[in-house]
Amino acid sequence: MPGFLKEFFNRNGTSMGLAILGLVLFWTIGLIILPQLSMLDFSFRPNLPPPEIGGPKDVYTLENYKYLIYGPEGGSQSYNSVDLRVFFRTLLAAVCVTIFNLILCYPIAYYLGQSKGSHIRIFAIMLIIPYWINEILRAFALRIIFGETGVLNTLFMGLGIWDTPFDFIRNDIALYAGLGYAYILLMIFPMYNVIESLDGNQIEAARDLGAPWWRIHWRVVIPYAKPGISSGCTMVFMLSAGALAAPQILGGPSSLWFTQLIYQQFNDNNDWPQGAAYAIVLLVTCILFVLAMMRLFKVNMGDIGK
Amino acid sequence: MSAGVGVDLENLWIRFGDFVAVRDANVNINGGDFFSFLGPSGCGKTTILRAVSGFLDPSEGKVLIGGKDMRGIGPNKRPTALIFQNLALFPLMKVWENITFSLEIKGASTAERRKRADELLDMIALPGQGDKLPSELSGGQRQRVAIARALCAEPDVLLLDEPLSALDLKLRQHMRTELREIQQRVGITFIYITHDQGEALTMSDNIAVMRAGVIDQIADGKTIYNDPNTAFAASFVGENNVFRGKIKQVMGNEALISTNRSGDLVARISTANQGKLNEGDDAMMFIRPEAFAIAADGATGDHFVTARVNHEEFEGNVFNIFTEGDGGKEIKVSLPNLGQSFEDHTGQNITLEYETRNAVLVPAGELAAE
Repeated sequence: MPGFLKEFFNRNGTSMGLAILGLVLFWTIGLIILPQLSMLDFSFRPNLPPPEIGGPKDVYTLENYKYLIYGPEGGSQSYNSVDLRVFFRTLLAAVCVTIFNLILCYPIAYYLGQSKGSHIRIFAIMLIIPYWINEILRAFALRIIFGETGVLNTLFMGLGIWDTPFDFIRNDIALYAGLGYAYILLMIFPMYNVIESLDGNQIEAARDLGAPWWRIHWRVVIPYAKPGISSGCTMVFMLSAGALAAPQILGGPSSLWFTQLIYQQFNDNNDWPQGAAYAIVLLVTCILFVLAMMRLFKVNMGDIGK
Repeated sequence: MSAGVGVDLENLWIRFGDFVAVRDANVNINGGDFFSFLGPSGCGKTTILRAVSGFLDPSEGKVLIGGKDMRGIGPNKRPTALIFQNLALFPLMKVWENITFSLEIKGASTAERRKRADELLDMIALPGQGDKLPSELSGGQRQRVAIARALCAEPDVLLLDEPLSALDLKLRQHMRTELREIQQRVGITFIYITHDQGEALTMSDNIAVMRAGVIDQIADGKTIYNDPNTAFAASFVGENNVFRGKIKQVMGNEALISTNRSGDLVARISTANQGKLNEGDDAMMFIRPEAFAIAADGATGDHFVTARVNHEEFEGNVFNIFTEGDGGKEIKVSLPNLGQSFEDHTGQNITLEYETRNAVLVPAGELAAE
């Protein structure tokens, strides 16, 4: 038995240790790994009617992945440009949402983390309470704000800033706002946790040595907050790339999110293998992208857990 | 001394809401001095330091550095560098980056910064340690890195906020000497905050003794120790025995004080209080443990104290006798160990003798808490 397991059992006792271990394994293996493996398996199989499953036609194939790249066989185009464009636009948009969220949330996290007093608790509660409202309702609330006859258009047209209503939804502004808003807590709290533990004397020391405010952040606060920043960015990126409700409700008619394509494959086309292949591609690409970013910014895997 | 930039506090008041942290402080610190603010925690000494460094605005009064009013000038623009109690080294920067952070701000090249870091590392006797992280150094080494980082900014005034308090006793004593040496080498003004009278006495040119926001006395160490202005200064700096009583008779710079148990005793009125004490005033007389000698049994007079011995202890260099007190805690007598034999006096009466110049009289006042 490896040392850490022995210590784990010593600390928790055998029966309690086994129970905890069993639950954790059930959670990771039974609820996460096995279903994903079955999805992986799906993705390499042809979409067959039930009687033919297990029959001679049920063989492993790369067809579903080829479809994402080349489109239907004998199609008019040599590449599946529609789906690929949606795929890359989704990734790019998720990156934009992440960066936008980071810029928005860093000052908030810094303020919460470094100020002292009971008002911080009130601010945190005010940030959390809106999340009691479910995601669909929040998304529709944003539609009310951004709609053609919505609050913003009424306000700006009333002020005479523009004459005809601006279509926030067709221009994806509502979508970005919705995605950004959906995940600010996941961005703020990891950063807040780290910044709160930063010794305020370090900020004062930097200031005392002559540093202007931006350099204090650049050289002292941000390097220290890096684990929190990377943890927040990873979560926001993964979740916005995989979001479904917000794009469905707030997206313009012409702009599909890649998750909507996956949803269509599973539900409308009833083509689970194709949907699974798309989902796997999205998952693997996101993981690779995050790993690449972590390497670029020299972040350790352990930091993500902070 | 005239080299270096002086610091002046003029009628300085600092309030936090209703709480007065510093009350009408007036201090002139000469350029090139090693100046200490000495007082118990919460007496306002750190508040004064923060006002000098610029992190805190005075409620009233002025902070002048080199004769220039510092109002409205931020900490990053003042010719001061602060060494924090917990040092506040940047944990993610290497030692050399820490030391030359102020040069980085000024836009110096890496080569220039490296060179300066090496010079300063030599000065603090840590050559070749520049590429380590602060966490890889010992407490004393980190201490010296913090000093080097502050000195690298070439401040006119170095401010030190109890920087030795986290070190163990041996290292603390060693760093005292080292700090004093560094100060004399660089020749700039040091303002040192401490609650440790040993640190203040050994290092400082001048000391300000603070109590609850008020500066009781400003003088050099010897004067503070031998000629305190107030009961607080007398009881806070060094060990002291207090005798309470009323003044019976004033005779020039000396006075007779009638104590509860020890009869009438003669004492020298401390310089600041000469001419201010009158007959009938409540007063306190202080005699250091080392100023007593054992007198012949039954000797009486105005410089003899007879008291019962509670217990005794042998400390190595001194032999301590604790007797019942007179208006204070028990009296401590420290006799130097010169190889003589010590008898056990526990439970017996003992007669102690002192010289008038070693008994200091001040008006009755608040004593320092133990």
